[in-house]
Amino acid sequence: MAQLKSFVRPGLIIYLVVISGFLFLPRIVSTFNLILFQYGITFAIVALGFNLLLGYTGLLSFGHGAYFAAGAYGVAMTAKYFPDLFSLEILIPIALLISFLISAIFGFVCVRHTKIFFAILALALSMLLYALLFKFYHLTGGSDGLYVKIPMLFGHTFANMRRPQFLSGFYHYFLVGMFFAAYIVMKCIVNSPFGKALQAIRDNEVRAELIGIRVRRYRLYAFIISGMYSGLGGALWGFVNGHVTPDVSHWIFSGELVYMTLLGGFGVFAGPVVGALIFNFLKLYAMGSTEYWMFIIGATLIIIVLVLPGGVAGGLARLASRIKQPSDKGAA
Amino acid sequence: MLKVTNLTKDFGRSRIINRPSFEVGKDEILSLVGPNGAGKTTLVNLISGHIKVTGGIIEFLGQDITFASPYRRIKMGLARNFQITNLFENGTVLDNIRICLFSNYGKIRRGILPATHYKAITEEATELLDIFGIGNKEKLFPPSLSEGDKKILDTAMAFALKPKLLLLDEPTSGVATGDKFKVMDTIVAAIKKEQVACMIIEHDMDIVSDYTDRVLVLAEGNIIADGKPKDIMAESNVKEILFGVRD
Repeated sequence: MAQLKSFVRPGLIIYLVVISGFLFLPRIVSTFNLILFQYGITFAIVALGFNLLLGYTGLLSFGHGAYFAAGAYGVAMTAKYFPDLFSLEILIPIALLISFLISAIFGFVCVRHTKIFFAILALALSMLLYALLFKFYHLTGGSDGLYVKIPMLFGHTFANMRRPQFLSGFYHYFLVGMFFAAYIVMKCIVNSPFGKALQAIRDNEVRAELIGIRVRRYRLYAFIISGMYSGLGGALWGFVNGHVTPDVSHWIFSGELVYMTLLGGFGVFAGPVVGALIFNFLKLYAMGSTEYWMFIIGATLIIIVLVLPGGVAGGLARLASRIKQPSDKGAA
Repeated sequence: MLKVTNLTKDFGRSRIINRPSFEVGKDEILSLVGPNGAGKTTLVNLISGHIKVTGGIIEFLGQDITFASPYRRIKMGLARNFQITNLFENGTVLDNIRICLFSNYGKIRRGILPATHYKAITEEATELLDIFGIGNKEKLFPPSLSEGDKKILDTAMAFALKPKLLLLDEPTSGVATGDKFKVMDTIVAAIKKEQVACMIIEHDMDIVSDYTDRVLVLAEGNIIADGKPKDIMAESNVKEILFGVRD
């Protein structure tokens, strides 16, 4: 029991520190950095879902932008065509529903394959959605995209607010709340029998099939859950950004999601979250300091892959276990 | 229980399985022997649904399962192990067994509570590991196990699916000679306790005669002899095929 307590406590303390840090952020950092952080946290939700597929099921998707777009456009198009429904408590379920539908259809096609074939197929389908969003100008605004106004909540309107005010006020707490809810749900999923089944499929597909796990179906489930996380992230991102364009369905954006996950480390549960939070700052400051910012992003990826194959979080976890080990020996 | 009739399997132009017919009775432990390349593993792969049949009929518990999915066969009570051990290497020994039990009890879709919450399943997994004599290794990961323990774990995983018929593909290959009988003792004791029918592929004739009631001899894709171990070994054509000696 004493062992259990000493094991649980540091983890709990870290969580509490992180939660309170997130909540007090509007009082600590400038609005600029706060909004950058909010971009990061919407991507963190996407990355959590993305890692269910990459880290836990062993499928690398280069088309997760499609489901992100599904969520973001779900919100933006509701704003355009059903202005009466423009309230957060309705919009979030709408985004989840649309991303569910799209990821169920695309996923049904994709999970028939694995590895590179899966990645390319997912990429192709997301580009298909990109083309649709781009070409249906009257419906989707084409390359101009759609404006996302500030939403309501349970009849309460924030219409008299300017966006930065809305973002650093109520919306920040909403975002942090949604993030932790998504985090906890995902944590439950990966530790549940269902999550263990996905890991079994990742480790050994043939054996998984022959102990009675329907591999393809479980991959589809993972794909859909992952797609819905992307949709949720996309919807929340839409409010932060105020504007959605077809670019989010482009494979370059999907590639950024892969990058974030690698940066944070897909072997650790919280890795993609760390990666997503770092990525926005890295990208922006790289862009701000040099014209060749892509070079910095690329060089960082190479360094990460060579020096820290477990990503930033993976590296930290390894460091922590190294610090812990000598003290364990000392105690024994 | 299991009835195979005129089964064939072609890979390209070569016929690997050439019309064997046989039955496995309830609670029977029989062994399948034959020289390398006779098609023993292919036969197990066909029965477990791992590869598709070219022709012939496989019946299990009176139902035609020739074209049934592996999933359906498992749910009907047909489980197998693997000659080259096939484990979930990133999970502990306990996790490996537990996932099989979750699958067997249809609880694998539960997505909210952590796997460790299902105490009854963990207990059963521990019990099963004790039966197979690797209970003290439940926290280890498969790569750190000895070859013999890996084999036992692989068999235990098939066993955890509560099969009515267990197909064991060389449960002792790769195990040190001195440990072979220990491994077989453990496996056969567990099988007998649960009254599972079992078909064992085996090379070692000592094991065949010690542990099984009936022997099928497979050569070039067909059964050439079927009977008690002692009688089989007296037959001259079997001797020639298995040991390369002529009377």
